[in-house]
Amino acid sequence: MNETPESTVLDPTAAPATADAVGGVEAADDGPGVLETRSMDVFYGDFKAVADVSMSFTFNEISALIGPSGCGKSTVLRSLNRMNDLIPTARVDGEVRYHGTNIYAGDVDPVEIRRRIGMVFQKPNPFPKSIFDNIAWGAKINGFKGSKSDMKDLVQGALEQAALWDEVKDKLTESGLSLSGGQQQRLCIARAIAVQPDVILMDEPCSALDPIATLRIEELMLELKENYSIIIVTHNMQQAARVSDRTAFFNVELDTTGQRTGHLVEFSPTDVLFTTPKEKATEDYITGRFG
Amino acid sequence: MVQLREQSEAAEFFPSDVEYQGLLSKRSRRGRVVQLSFLLMLTIAVVGLGILLYTIIDDSFGLVAVVNQNEPEAVVSAYGYDPAVTVLDDLNKEQLVDVLQGSVSSGVGRRLEREERFFADRLVFESQAKWDEVCASDEPPSGCSGGVRSKGNVLDLVRERVIQPDIVAVNRLTASIFNPDGFKEEVETAFVENPSRFGEYTYDQVRYQWRAWFSWKFVTSPASDRPEIAGVRTAVLGSIWLVIITVLFAVPVGVGAAIYLEEFARPTRINDLIQTNINNLAGVPSIIYGMLGLAVLVRILEPFTSGSLFGEGAPNGRTIMSAGLTLGLLTLPVVIISSQEAIRAVPSSLRQAGMGLGATKWQTVRSQVLPVAIPGILTGTILAVARAIGETAPLILVGAASFITVSPSGPFSQFTALPIQIFQWTSFPQEEWRHLAAAASLVLLVLLLTLNAAAVIMRNRFSRRMS
Amino acid sequence: MTSETGVHDATMAEQLKRRNRPFERVIVGSLFISGAISIAVTIGILWELGSESLLFFREDEVSLGKFFTSTVWQPQAGEFGIWPLILGTLLITVIALLVAVPIGLSAAIYLSEYASPRVRGFFKPVLEILVGIPTVVFGFFAITFMTPLLRSIFGESVVGFFNVLSAGIVVGLLIVPLISSLAEDAMAAVPNSLRQAAYGLGASRLEVSLRVVVPAALSGIAAGIVIGMSRAVGETMVVTLASGAAPRNFDLAADPVFGYVLNPFQGAQTMTGYIAITASGDISYDTIDYNSIFAIGLTLFLMTLGLNSLSRRIVKRYRQEYD
Repeated sequence: MNETPESTVLDPTAAPATADAVGGVEAADDGPGVLETRSMDVFYGDFKAVADVSMSFTFNEISALIGPSGCGKSTVLRSLNRMNDLIPTARVDGEVRYHGTNIYAGDVDPVEIRRRIGMVFQKPNPFPKSIFDNIAWGAKINGFKGSKSDMKDLVQGALEQAALWDEVKDKLTESGLSLSGGQQQRLCIARAIAVQPDVILMDEPCSALDPIATLRIEELMLELKENYSIIIVTHNMQQAARVSDRTAFFNVELDTTGQRTGHLVEFSPTDVLFTTPKEKATEDYITGRFG
Repeated sequence: MVQLREQSEAAEFFPSDVEYQGLLSKRSRRGRVVQLSFLLMLTIAVVGLGILLYTIIDDSFGLVAVVNQNEPEAVVSAYGYDPAVTVLDDLNKEQLVDVLQGSVSSGVGRRLEREERFFADRLVFESQAKWDEVCASDEPPSGCSGGVRSKGNVLDLVRERVIQPDIVAVNRLTASIFNPDGFKEEVETAFVENPSRFGEYTYDQVRYQWRAWFSWKFVTSPASDRPEIAGVRTAVLGSIWLVIITVLFAVPVGVGAAIYLEEFARPTRINDLIQTNINNLAGVPSIIYGMLGLAVLVRILEPFTSGSLFGEGAPNGRTIMSAGLTLGLLTLPVVIISSQEAIRAVPSSLRQAGMGLGATKWQTVRSQVLPVAIPGILTGTILAVARAIGETAPLILVGAASFITVSPSGPFSQFTALPIQIFQWTSFPQEEWRHLAAAASLVLLVLLLTLNAAAVIMRNRFSRRMS
Repeated sequence: MTSETGVHDATMAEQLKRRNRPFERVIVGSLFISGAISIAVTIGILWELGSESLLFFREDEVSLGKFFTSTVWQPQAGEFGIWPLILGTLLITVIALLVAVPIGLSAAIYLSEYASPRVRGFFKPVLEILVGIPTVVFGFFAITFMTPLLRSIFGESVVGFFNVLSAGIVVGLLIVPLISSLAEDAMAAVPNSLRQAAYGLGASRLEVSLRVVVPAALSGIAAGIVIGMSRAVGETMVVTLASGAAPRNFDLAADPVFGYVLNPFQGAQTMTGYIAITASGDISYDTIDYNSIFAIGLTLFLMTLGLNSLSRRIVKRYRQEYD
């Protein structure tokens, strides 16, 4: 984390993560780096949705992306594993480096990227299949070579990691849609884990859930960061404060032509960002004076 | 209103409260009248449908006036029974075969016996030596394989070959029920006024009986040039073969095209062209497809469609293959469009979930999108196929109109189809054929109804499994 | 510090390399071919109609000018003017629209603006059944019910056994569900806020339906009518059975317009009817008869194509109104 990125918006060296304020877990300031964006712009057709984003994410850390709606935080998240490819007009300039490789380089396989950088969506979206198949399918298409019992172990392991095993172990053949909303979202997390990614992107994973289910997911995220790098988009500042080690604040800027383009204002350790933000815009936002 | 009047100068242009009351009731009266006339118009459409179905059913059953070549009473009394007590059906099989033996030529008898034996233990028309010789030949007739005619079958033969009823006049169902005497008087008058129409028959010979033109026997009998015995077996089999070819072509190609357009196609010029083109094709009259079938499938691709490429051989390309593919092309745009709608209805969250796990596009489509879209695709496809079954014009163009009594044996057979049969029978001048056309229409409608019901059931079953 | 962000991890880069997925490519390729088959169909139609028509116009008896100006179609006598067949088609189309537009629109307005769910639940399936009935059955209906009915009303001396009126009415019945469902879709697309605004001004339901909803949906309704028209032009079986096989040759200078040229009580062969009747005999390839059906077919194809694109253009405009 000591390298100085070329970007100008923030200086990671100036923001060394100290002790984790929330979980008491040691912050991963020296963990291996995984994912990094360099001067990333995202366009939809001619419309520049996000401009000049440079940030890096490390292992064993939860990073939260916050900001007013329309600031492009979801767009940034989806650019990190090329989910934006599914939108025909979307285009990314700049670089997104995953273990040092630009994932937008011509010879990189987006399918492979998405396996390694998993995603959990805003609304739980289990497949209309059994709970077991929901998890097994990802492994199967990614060439899982193990036996049937290996697959059972994999499914059980993923469900245990997602803290869902005890609730569903007796009804693995039932449809994933039969679960409650919170359980469905944990099923989706288990599904993402089962294909062995090392980064998990979560796009407002709790916005469709009730408070109790939200709490379960937050606890789960804190457990999962032992093994993964987690990047979460949330509209809920309290949630960012509760779970994340570092927080990025995005804001919208109106340019001269009236286009709304999002940009990164500040990316700091969470406790720093919420207590002593460097930027005025950040302070306005976290104190409720944005607009 | 009061306040309004005080405040606004414009108020003087508005009606007074009393006037307004009158206006309101006039407006609502007019509203009711127009609403009723809308309903009336709608009812006309429904009544139209009702009359259509009524006409078909009315023509499918009714009284007929027949002249028998041999009266059944005479046949029965020849065996010493009292015709008042015993009818033809009461004779046993031996007696019926005996009747047949006494009436048909030995040549016809031998042919019938070679088709199917009368008795398992003895031969009636054929000598044992000749039978053995025929059965030992390279192509033994179907009678050699051991089946034996049932009594009902022999009875039908007796009716057809001995009694030989000739229908001289027909009547509709409702008229037959409510005014049977009117029909009889009409026939009698016709005999008096226009005897030449009935040839050598006299009115004394006329017998009245009920006839169900629409019956199981009608469905299972082959086509014939005699309305008394004509059926639609050949046509039904032809239609079934057509459906098979149509489905085999249109469903894979149509669903494939829909998947391509919905899931893979980027908005490039060629893909836009394909989409516009499909929408245009859906509006092309069916007879144009028939011309395409005639010029390309029947004529240019004759070696393929006549089967001669595969060593089978229809004399030309006017085969089930040509017609089935023509109907397939005709159905294709409808299948594509309805499949596209079904695929579009699959929530994109499923696609994202699949892709987010590192599945390729095709893996996601095959395992996540298609299973959810299948009920919709099936329903749309079945409805499209149901439309294809009723298509007549393209079949006329590709040459289904010939008179055929032999059941089709495969995709390279010449054929006729149910709608073609209806078309031909409707255009014949004699009234008997009109009733056959009605009965054939009923068969077609039953077939379509079955298909539609299958579509509904399948959709329900699939959607239950999904949830 | 085991690894630094941004430091190139060579093995990882290797693993992320784009894979060759031949299976995937074959699948997408064949899906594309499925889509492209429709292009081949169109090319096939255009090519076959065009080339055979070309042969037709090369015949000595035929000239392009006469084809489009002559009002006599008499192949046996070498007269090939398309107007009698177009006349038959237009007569039947007009009668069909006269029947189908009032019924179809009334039905649509009633179902969209008035009917309770229960009433809708009854009428909608009935209209759907009407869609599913094969046209040849409608043809049978025209011959066995409509024609005798008309003859008993107007007299057998006035109404011929084959007549345009019977065919037109039945074709009209055939396209009622098409027009009503397209019109209903158009009216369903009218935003409810518009209705509420009108009700808020004290409009009655009739006024809302006729003065607000119908005008707002007008282009969609018009598009539906044009589609119905195109269906009527291309309809074959009803007209072949009920309107006869004799082209109504005419001479505008000599023949009375209403007594003969536009007389609905006598038969008139249509374009589709000519094609069907000519092809139903044992037609031999490369005769002038065989080639003539393609020239007629090409005219028919262009007419329906024009109507369909007209309706699409109308719909496009109507979409823009609400965006």
